Amino acid sequence: MRTRYFLALTTAVLLGSGMLVFANPPAGSGTISGKITYTGTAPKMKPIDMSKEPSCAKQHATPVMTENVATGPGNALAWVVVYVSAGDQGSSAPSQAVRYDQKGCQYIPHVLPLQISQQLQIYNDDQTSHNIHPLAKVNSEWNKSQPPGSPPIDTKYDKAEFIPVKCNIHPWMHGYFVVLNTSHYAVSGEDGSFSIKGLPPGKYTLTAWQEQYSQQTQDVTISGSETKTANFTFKVLPY
Amino acid sequence: MTLKKLAVTFALGSMALVTVGATSMRAQSHVNSPDVALGTPSVDSTESHIGAVTGHAAEGKKLYRRFCIGCHGPDGNGLGMNAAWIDPKPRDFTEATFKCRSTPTGTLPTDDDLYDAITRGFVTTNMPSWRPLTPQQRADLVAFVKTWSPRWAKEKSGTPLNIPAETPITIESILHGRQLFQKLECWKCHGPQGHGDGPSASTLTDSKDNPIRPYDFSSGSRFMCGVTNQDLYRIFMTGLDGSPMPSFADVVKPEEAWDLVHFLRTLQPLKSQEADLWQTYKAAHGADIKPIGPDAAAGGQ
Repeated sequence: MRTRYFLALTTAVLLGSGMLVFANPPAGSGTISGKITYTGTAPKMKPIDMSKEPSCAKQHATPVMTENVATGPGNALAWVVVYVSAGDQGSSAPSQAVRYDQKGCQYIPHVLPLQISQQLQIYNDDQTSHNIHPLAKVNSEWNKSQPPGSPPIDTKYDKAEFIPVKCNIHPWMHGYFVVLNTSHYAVSGEDGSFSIKGLPPGKYTLTAWQEQYSQQTQDVTISGSETKTANFTFKVLPY
Repeated sequence: MTLKKLAVTFALGSMALVTVGATSMRAQSHVNSPDVALGTPSVDSTESHIGAVTGHAAEGKKLYRRFCIGCHGPDGNGLGMNAAWIDPKPRDFTEATFKCRSTPTGTLPTDDDLYDAITRGFVTTNMPSWRPLTPQQRADLVAFVKTWSPRWAKEKSGTPLNIPAETPITIESILHGRQLFQKLECWKCHGPQGHGDGPSASTLTDSKDNPIRPYDFSSGSRFMCGVTNQDLYRIFMTGLDGSPMPSFADVVKPEEAWDLVHFLRTLQPLKSQEADLWQTYKAAHGADIKPIGPDAAAGGQ
């Protein structure tokens, strides 16, 4: 069963054409999909100077750009977490662990949604030491060194929170753990699109969260196996 | 002074007194706020246990108002009147994140940890030693400090780190410690010579985004969390929560940790057994010692 789910998930990710799908096993058959866009002038992302860490710098042919406002063609906005913030009939943490990588002195993925109590495994794939420092406020804040070749750090969070993650040694490294109390969530891809599948019939409040531009909500009602559209537009400022 | 001037002075003086009184009353009413805002149980019910001494929050509250409020503030959030002029900033007790702990990173410190912190003070910061207060008073303050965050009501303190007996101080131990200093990349912040000037040092900020400096071993000053080799062992194994200093407990074995302690002592301009051994070794093998830093692949000898 788990293998089948894994295959299905892999297929979904492969077919997702730049869209990241993080849906749980279908308990219902409703879908909410949409696109995240912005209006206004988006701030220019800056190239990251990794020259202080040659082992990382040489992994990137072109400089890595900052990702706090990641945009795509057609005013698309990536790395926005869309999740059911009200109306979920309750979901328990999946048994699959989520993986977070430190690779080329970057956090991959930049934004990692996970569920309360879900196992989180943090890997250091680099030839340099990182210290992983999730700046939690609601959950407890910890800070661990992870030299090259260390086993993954195994952890979990027990309260919902948007947690900024940083590496003090490499100050450009910046990401987020988004701890949710629902299994219905997705992250917008480079084209701004997202899709939340497997929703049972019901009235839902959908929240879209962007690390710099806070969050927005929308009510969506699902009846049966339909696909509803919910688009979000963030007003962005050039700084 | 004429009679008229005297009257004016007196009038102004009493006005000032009234103002001061009103301010301190307001400050006192703020002290009650964590009970309401954070939904913790009645402040008076919180206790601390330091050996045979039991500290009481209600007593600690009175002491806090007298001794601590100026920096840590009426709301316990580190925003006291003096805070603006202080660096590093006073601790924000509402977050229950503490640097000097015997417990693993991310866990609450023990009562003893807080008691030791109050007693010792933090050298290189504005926090003085409160040893002049009686043990009972310091225990009372510990109990009161624990009323500022609801975490104290919900969570237990972490299990203190087990520190095995110190291994013998030998040149082999120091050299292995030196390899660890290279391998664990301590030098990225603390600098190749331990001067606190590593490549990442200038970018460091604490968890509240305030700039913060890594410890400079060449200053020879006491460590923030104690003076002994055991304290030094504890500092890097538990990490200093809320600061960039991470915990190495998961990646350094206990016997290796002692090697690192022995090496770190050689970075201090102090008379010690470690420093003597290192000087002797350097005099004999100086040319063979590879410098620590980005160019040393494996570091060490």
